[in-house]
Amino acid sequence: METIEQIISSHPLFAGIEPAYLHLIGGCARNVHYDPGRYLLQHGAPAGEFFLLRHGRVALELTGPGRGTVTFQTLGPGELLGVSWLIPPYRWTYDAKAIELVRAVSIDAACLREKSEADHHLGYELMKRFMPVLVQRLQAARLQLLDVYGAGR
Amino acid sequence: MMSAQMDAAQVLTGAGLDALLQVLKSRGLRTLGPKIRAGVIVYEEIASVADLPRGWTDEHSPGHYRLRRRDDAALFGYTVGPHSWKQFLHPARQCLWQARRDGAGEQPHFEPEPSDAQHFALIGVRACELRAIAIQDRVLLEADPQYRARRRDTFIVAVNCTVAGATCFCASMNAGPAVSDGFDLALTELTTSSEPLFVLRAGTDIGRAVLSELPRRPASDTEIARAAARVEDTAASMGRQMPSEDLPQRLLRNLEHPRWSEVAERCLACGNCTMVCPTCFCTSVEDSSDLTGTQLTRTRRWDSCFSADLTYLHGGSVRQSTRSRYRQWLTHKLATWPQQFGTSGCVGCGRCITWCPVGIDITVEASRIAAGESG
Amino acid sequence: MDASTIDPMRPRLARVRSRRRDGPQVWTLEIDAGPEARSGFSAGQFNMLSALGVGEVPISFSGDPTEPRRIVHTIRAVGAVSTALAHLGVGATLGIRGPFGVGWPLAEAVGQDVVLVAGGLGLAPLRPAVYHLLAQRSRYGQITLLYGTRSPAEILFRRELNAWRRRADLSVEVTVDHALGAWDGHIGVVTALIERAHLAARHTTALVCGPEIMMRFAAEALAAALIPSESIYLSMERNMQCGVGLCGHCQFGGLLLCRDGPVIRYDRLRETLRVREL
Repeated sequence: METIEQIISSHPLFAGIEPAYLHLIGGCARNVHYDPGRYLLQHGAPAGEFFLLRHGRVALELTGPGRGTVTFQTLGPGELLGVSWLIPPYRWTYDAKAIELVRAVSIDAACLREKSEADHHLGYELMKRFMPVLVQRLQAARLQLLDVYGAGR
Repeated sequence: MMSAQMDAAQVLTGAGLDALLQVLKSRGLRTLGPKIRAGVIVYEEIASVADLPRGWTDEHSPGHYRLRRRDDAALFGYTVGPHSWKQFLHPARQCLWQARRDGAGEQPHFEPEPSDAQHFALIGVRACELRAIAIQDRVLLEADPQYRARRRDTFIVAVNCTVAGATCFCASMNAGPAVSDGFDLALTELTTSSEPLFVLRAGTDIGRAVLSELPRRPASDTEIARAAARVEDTAASMGRQMPSEDLPQRLLRNLEHPRWSEVAERCLACGNCTMVCPTCFCTSVEDSSDLTGTQLTRTRRWDSCFSADLTYLHGGSVRQSTRSRYRQWLTHKLATWPQQFGTSGCVGCGRCITWCPVGIDITVEASRIAAGESG
Repeated sequence: MDASTIDPMRPRLARVRSRRRDGPQVWTLEIDAGPEARSGFSAGQFNMLSALGVGEVPISFSGDPTEPRRIVHTIRAVGAVSTALAHLGVGATLGIRGPFGVGWPLAEAVGQDVVLVAGGLGLAPLRPAVYHLLAQRSRYGQITLLYGTRSPAEILFRRELNAWRRRADLSVEVTVDHALGAWDGHIGVVTALIERAHLAARHTTALVCGPEIMMRFAAEALAAALIPSESIYLSMERNMQCGVGLCGHCQFGGLLLCRDGPVIRYDRLRETLRVREL
């Protein structure tokens, strides 16, 4: 049986992380699973955790009256779900639904924020690992905004 | 090289030049040469020596051209006007094909190609223009059968320049003022009095055959030396020069130079420079049909990198700004043409400088931009 | 035939043999160019197609290069000419010139893994490459097709993609920019598929076709996955008019894309792709 720390260290987000930090993060983590159709997080709710996805895919959705539900991104194994826990007011800005059976590691946000305040080296380590994901998603959002596959202007 | 087997120079008089035109006509060639029309020297059909701009010269500066009287009776005592020979070899408009439908819904069929292929004798081709023809040959000769058909039987009577214009820079492009190859006959004018006088050489077998039919006499050493000296004087009096060292790379390293924006503030994107340029070859095709849809025609016409439509790509043009179009024109001429066709696209004739309505000077712009932002 | 007797500017007349809709505003035509037609093309090449009396546009081959007698083109109706072509009925006449250009480096890629990255209508010029690779399947390593488009409704060649997806010797991933309703596939940009694809960088050849912005990002993502730029190929699009390098329209720096391309190796493009309005 893998320990939670082994699971975390084998996830790309935390690849190669120092054992001391791994131990700190592991202290805030637990294994979770969601059946297809269940929501991992919902727009407006407190962002109390984030997920390291291990199995199954998740759809990120926004719903508007009269517009139905638009999925703007899907995430899968090896990817990170949830960044709103990093910045106040710590609330989710979209819904995340399990499309398939999802297995993930949930990491408690308040726990990790507290440890990062106490140890800024840990906080810096987390920032270096979350920043590329944020930038990548920003770039992807720009590309989607450009609607490049359209038939010209 | 033609010059390696250089024939003995001959001397030709005005009567000899008229005889040359008649011999060329008798061989079924249309004799095309310089003529004054509407205050400029143009290239048109010429019937005799009397059509040539005897005793005239031209005055050039950026955005400026005037004809002036010479104090002698020279027939070729000027440089180049707005025309170039490409209007004959690579015409501004030409029909690529026509097709007919015999009835609505019928399969169209192509009409046979017109067999009125014209053969030209070009009279008074300058060294820069010979180079321009050689450059267009590289672009068009293999790919364009219509060009090939016109070019194949073209007879070229070249003229060494005995005067340089203020916008000329062929010497720095190694394109003139002396003709070196690519001609059938080459003249150097020695006219001073009212009787035209030329030193003449043949460059090809057909040139020699034509020469043998003309009234002539062998040139004296003095005449040969005078002819050479005139061309050397021309080289020494070039109005402008193009920087040469490593120019393509220096331009391509400076595609974001602020000077491109500065020149774009003056440039009208009118395309005059591309129309008068003897090497610019860009064309567009247009399809048309008559009202009943039975007659279909595809026409090719000169286009210009200054037109927005040249780079139209579903929804917009790639080159929307004047800056980008001027940059395309200049870098194509001087930097990317060598990559595409193995030669520079510029021959130093200076037409783009003279005929630019706002007097933009390619030699100045290229020097400034190639010097880099610290230059 | 002797090159001097062929006029490359003169189309031959052909008829539409069949026509099918392959997406919103997108039709695939099979063209019968008659028995004397020159047959054969390489994947990635294009033809100039004429709607007679309207005009002519460059369209890539989208059919199977191992069936040289069948000329297939997929056309999106965007301008006057492409709309006229896309709406030609079965039996209608059109003009055809080609094939032109340099296609995908499939011979050079023998022995390598191949990843094909398509965006939108860019799947059409890549389809002949897929046919070629599958026809000579044993000569290549892993084959991966990554396809991004706008929405599920705009997925090209859907039935064929599904058939390819069922094959064990071909990995197919499709992503859309956004979806409403019943789509259960990937959502997001095609570059995300590259990041997830676990490509064997040292022996992968990448073939990329799509809108230029998408290709720029895809090439950067492939380079970030450590694929050398000498192994990445882009199919460049400009306003090709003559097909033989004499009209000047498709210049891209020192390249004449109709003659030197449309497929160009990324190391020859990387610097110039950054220059605006080139």
